[in-house]
Amino acid sequence: MGKTFSKPEALTDAHTHYCPGCTHGIVHRLVAEVIDELGIRENTVGIAPVGCAVMAYNYFDCDFQEAAHGRAPAMATGIKRVRPDLMAFTYQGDGDLASIGMGEIVHAANRGEKFTTIFINNAIYGMTGGQMAPTTMPGQRATTAPAGRDVEATGMPIRMCELLSTLATPGYISRQTVLKPKYVNKAKKAIKKAFEYQKENRCYSFVEIVSTCPTNWGMTPLDSLKWAEDTLLPYYPLGEFKTPEE
Amino acid sequence: MAKVLMKGNEAIGEAAIRAGCKNYFAYPITPQSEVAEYLAKRMPEVDGVFLQGESEVAVGYMIFGAAACGERVMTTSSSPGVSLMSEAISYIAGARCPAVFVNIMRGGPGLGGILPSQADYFQATKGGGHGDYRLLVMAPEGVQEAVDMTMKAFDLAEKYRGPVMIMGDGLIGQMMEPVEFPEDFTPTPMNNDDWATSGMATRGTDKRNLVKSLFLDPKQLNDHNLLLKAGYDRMRQEEVRYEGYNTDAEYKLLIVSYGTMSRVCKTAIDTMKEEGLEIGMVRPQTLFPFPEQAIHDAAAKESCSHVVSIELSMGQMVEDVDRCVKGQRPVTWYGECGGDIPTPEEIIDHVKSLLKN
Ligand SMILES: Cc1ncc(C[n+]2csc(CCOP(=O)(O)OP(=O)(O)O)c2C)c(N)n1
Ligand code: SF4
Ligand SMILES: [Mg+2]
Repeated sequence: MGKTFSKPEALTDAHTHYCPGCTHGIVHRLVAEVIDELGIRENTVGIAPVGCAVMAYNYFDCDFQEAAHGRAPAMATGIKRVRPDLMAFTYQGDGDLASIGMGEIVHAANRGEKFTTIFINNAIYGMTGGQMAPTTMPGQRATTAPAGRDVEATGMPIRMCELLSTLATPGYISRQTVLKPKYVNKAKKAIKKAFEYQKENRCYSFVEIVSTCPTNWGMTPLDSLKWAEDTLLPYYPLGEFKTPEE
Repeated sequence: MAKVLMKGNEAIGEAAIRAGCKNYFAYPITPQSEVAEYLAKRMPEVDGVFLQGESEVAVGYMIFGAAACGERVMTTSSSPGVSLMSEAISYIAGARCPAVFVNIMRGGPGLGGILPSQADYFQATKGGGHGDYRLLVMAPEGVQEAVDMTMKAFDLAEKYRGPVMIMGDGLIGQMMEPVEFPEDFTPTPMNNDDWATSGMATRGTDKRNLVKSLFLDPKQLNDHNLLLKAGYDRMRQEEVRYEGYNTDAEYKLLIVSYGTMSRVCKTAIDTMKEEGLEIGMVRPQTLFPFPEQAIHDAAAKESCSHVVSIELSMGQMVEDVDRCVKGQRPVTWYGECGGDIPTPEEIIDHVKSLLKN
């Protein structure tokens, strides 16, 4: 019998520190597979966020930089401006990207920087223990919103794909998820497209992945998949929001 | 090369290019926006990178990302902007990346004013950002020295693998002076294959590089800080620079002053010398490492009865001067911090009043 399963070359042998049922690991694998398939590992620089994926550099086997909280898009800008021949991707959570790093992501996208962002929207601050994120759903409980998110006081959750799609600069903006196997293939296709646009020096590319955080949602992995599908997907619809062809 | 007349800000921009820095990121702020305006024209001529970032916060990290690739890179700003960059400076120091920052200081705190100041002495030499790091800080007294220091800054940043800062003030940025760029200067960037994220293919290796400042293990973080400290200790051994002015004379009083302020002091010292009053000065050219021994020894001269730190701040460097003099002589502060610069006459009056008491 031939080999039926192998680890992408772009992943190291390290065991991840992610909780059981967390979707960070699946997304790592998809990104690594795309890097392998495009044969770009030796020319790629990843930028880790501050969030649960802060140690993503232990899992991806390519050059890596570790950013400050929210600043990965500015670092990727620095990389691509001085070394346009390299491939760069940022991997960021929703607190990192949509709260503290909102300025950096919007301006990088608007300049049409030729890098790729993988945006993990799990509607919570995972790493710091379940505080409210800009993406937390109305009524969703968080340690800093113990009675549930009060939209009168904190506004409605921010939809990043919709927001970035309003920019007039051409870009690739897509929202996907990995909650079920049928979604995983689509998510991988979008990630591959995003890297291809970068490789062709076409545009900025952004793939949001609606994700889970069973630990801080206080749910079992299975319940969190269901909750995400029932609650997050209606508010965060999947699909391509913008392509450079438009 | 013949001398050319240039504004300090433009000369700093040109010096960076001559030093092999083809990458510049910045956000406009008075009194240094001319650097950005100059490089917006010049960088494309040398196939270099010019980018106006959306904020000094972002610019700090553009510098980090570029520096982490091992490319020579610079930004310039002024006090409020440098406050915003201080987070990135801490990360860059922690991640051990070479980069050059220029602060053309203006008055503070807060929005302060737009006139010359030296009120960011503490910020540059004692921290600014968080954590145990130091910046190698050079302070030019005029346009020529600003050029020389800028050109040297890139080599020093690479030698120590860390951020280097040039501290000028609004006057140095704005004034025009004749400058000479060295003719036969060939930039010699150090090999950085062992740490830079320049791409494995570029380095021809299968070993990836990581640029990071996170060390969760206490032993590892302590070791990392010891490594940084070793670099700062080596700076103290090898990089101290200062000028002694009239220090061969039997001076009655010692001035410590730097940058624009020290030039006014020189005029005052010359005038007093003509009157028969000898005054000496130590002018730090590096603010970190600080010329500790030189100030200690100059204060110890038998004829010297007093040491005064003259600065465009409300008394910051004076704390370091006092630390170096070690109680041998009284140490006091004199200066202004609104944007006006004390005149030679005011300095002479102050020195004479100190000698009377
Ligand atoms: C400047 C700064 N502020 C705050 C923090 C603390 N902090 C670390 S991670 C984080 C939130 C991470 O949440 P998210 O980006 O959603 O990532 P996740 O862990 O959910 O994947 C915060 C607030 C920090 N490290 N730096
Ligand atoms: S805390 Fe949440 S986001 Fe972080 S690893 Fe655990 S499940 Fe994943
Ligand atoms: Mg999150």
